[in-house]
Amino acid sequence: MKNVVWGLVILLIILHQDYWYWYSDRQVFGFMPIGLFYHAMISVGAGITWYLATVFAWPEGLDNVQPEEEGSVTGSEVVE
Amino acid sequence: MNPGLTRFVIIVVYLSLLLFLGFFASKLFRGTRKDYMLASNSIGPFLLLMSIFGTTMTAFALVGSSGESWKEGIGVYGMLASSSGIIHSLCFFMIGVKLWALGRRYGYTTQIQYFRDRLQTDVIGIILFPILVGLIIPYLLIGVMAGGTVMNQMTDGAFATKEKTLPKTARPLAESATEIAASYKAALVELKEENEEGVEKNLANAKAQIIELWGYRERVLKSLKDDKKLSEQQIQALSEKEINGLVAKTLAKPPSTYGALPKWLGSLMICGVVLIYVFFGGMRGTAWANAFQTIVFMILGVVTFCFLAFALGAKDKTGVGAAEGSGLMAHLQGATEKVTPETKLKTMVGIWSRIARGAASEDKEAQAEATGLAVKIKPLKEVKEFRTRKEMSFLKFLTYMFVPLSVGMFPHLFQHWLTAKDAKSFKTPVICHPIFIMIVWVPCVLIGIWGTTTPYAGSPNGILVYLVKIKTGALLGGFLAAGILAAIMSSLDSQFLCIGTMFTTDIVNHYRPGRFSDKQQVWIARAFIIGVVIVTYFLSLANLTSVFTLGVWCFSGFSALFPLVFACVYWKRLTTAGAYACVLAVGASWLGFFYHAYSTSKTPDQFRSYSVVVGGYETMPVFWMILASTAAMVLVSLMTPRMDEQHLSRFFPENKA
Repeated sequence: MKNVVWGLVILLIILHQDYWYWYSDRQVFGFMPIGLFYHAMISVGAGITWYLATVFAWPEGLDNVQPEEEGSVTGSEVVE
Repeated sequence: MNPGLTRFVIIVVYLSLLLFLGFFASKLFRGTRKDYMLASNSIGPFLLLMSIFGTTMTAFALVGSSGESWKEGIGVYGMLASSSGIIHSLCFFMIGVKLWALGRRYGYTTQIQYFRDRLQTDVIGIILFPILVGLIIPYLLIGVMAGGTVMNQMTDGAFATKEKTLPKTARPLAESATEIAASYKAALVELKEENEEGVEKNLANAKAQIIELWGYRERVLKSLKDDKKLSEQQIQALSEKEINGLVAKTLAKPPSTYGALPKWLGSLMICGVVLIYVFFGGMRGTAWANAFQTIVFMILGVVTFCFLAFALGAKDKTGVGAAEGSGLMAHLQGATEKVTPETKLKTMVGIWSRIARGAASEDKEAQAEATGLAVKIKPLKEVKEFRTRKEMSFLKFLTYMFVPLSVGMFPHLFQHWLTAKDAKSFKTPVICHPIFIMIVWVPCVLIGIWGTTTPYAGSPNGILVYLVKIKTGALLGGFLAAGILAAIMSSLDSQFLCIGTMFTTDIVNHYRPGRFSDKQQVWIARAFIIGVVIVTYFLSLANLTSVFTLGVWCFSGFSALFPLVFACVYWKRLTTAGAYACVLAVGASWLGFFYHAYSTSKTPDQFRSYSVVVGGYETMPVFWMILASTAAMVLVSLMTPRMDEQHLSRFFPENKA
């Protein structure tokens, strides 16, 4: 399923290059130029794809990340 | 109360609300550095979504999107918005979550801390610090200047003590207006016959008549002489082309305001409010203010869209549009139906005929009204097709997709990521970000193309403010002004806080470790924030309008650095020398393209929309910059010895035995 999700992301990037609607003056619902409507749907598609990514491709081992070396990077913290 | 004053009062009420929010957030401040800079890693999914979205959507979200669509047509949505929906979430998912985990584990506050630790070198911080700050400062300037301009435009007439005096025409108005209307009518005939040359010729005629009507040429030469910018001899030596260029610049200036809040005071108010809530509230105040402001500009954007649909979609004198009493859908259809080159020309014919009638009438009021209208209308440059992407380069559209990668390298976004309570908090921003972009951008893009049917001819960024002022009431105008300011401030606050944090963490604390206590570090950050706000404010007073052209260049710089952060997170073979090579390639390619654009562009607009032409095809410079930085990083990394495995195991836990 993880691979399907990444496949969907690549598909979205390909579908984004919609040369096929470049010159079309069709209006969806009578007011939305097709070139705009199509890309609004790409945004909706992106939302759905990212939802699937959070369900099926979420990185493992991040549920309980604890500080290991607090203060070591930022410089020692002086307590007043 | 006059409309300008009503709008001013609404803006002041809104700014006061923000201050209240900042003070309230400060009550929850725990007094520690971590709380001030990262809200003690306590930000949950909703606040994280709103603050990240508010930060990535600058003034450009409302003002710029409508402006670009007014200028270029609907293609800007695909070029800037839907691509961002895919790429931004990709960056949050692939980079943001990983960096959050590393930040939580090793206690990072800034991006540079991560790079120093991951690449085991102090030098990378010294190189990256000026680059990152240098790329953010133009953004801060754009925000502060845009805030002042919006306040100025929206409070037009608020403090006027007497009527605005109209300029005198250089030629009789009625006669000129008749000739101008005739030129546009002739252009309309040529358009129907599909004779492009004929259209252009008649548009040029109309333009020449408008220039003559207001004596633009003489005014430009006089102002050069009066302002002593050029000597008498230099003025005499100006070529026809140079004079025409100066006239074109004057024509492109936004309409001047009268009795409005001065820009400097508007910018000062914006800086003051942002400074106060960032100063007291730190990251928590910033996150809350961002969430509040994001809600404000999203709701007001949609409300304005509906009001403008009713105003612009109603039936006009040419018979196009929705009938009186019909609903929202009919008005939406009416508004889009008008967006054709024919309607644009018909509108111009109608307006100039109306001016001609008013100017020829005996009635003084009608004459004044005609002059008032004529002074606002600039000549039509060209008639374009705004409902398709006919005039957009496909390859430029494709390569523009690399620009949103910049969010992976924004230092202020890195800081927001680290505020997350847990990894799960990222899920909501990852899913909702593309949808939120759509909610804000689709209405704005439609408003932009509808705006092409009006006589507005100023700078693109002024179209939304113009439409709201002309087509809606003072109350809505005031609310929308608040919405635009919300979009501006929700980015400014994070950037101010981020620069303060970087100075404190990457310079002061890094080179003087243990020298300052936790509390002292909070005060150092606050002092830096005050300093940055003051410097930005005074720079904004220089009114460097050219700063606006730097926007996409800054984005490109951050995007070109994206391969570095990506490799740091995912590529174990990356070496310190490879990272240096990447940054060096970014610097060299960025400067090279910048210099070429600067030396070959004749206008600020050309400089802003500069593209690299390869084999006759337009491409975005960012594509070549990313290619250069990736190639340099990979090649040099492969040629230099691997980094220590034990060190790498801290960043790639699967390496641990």
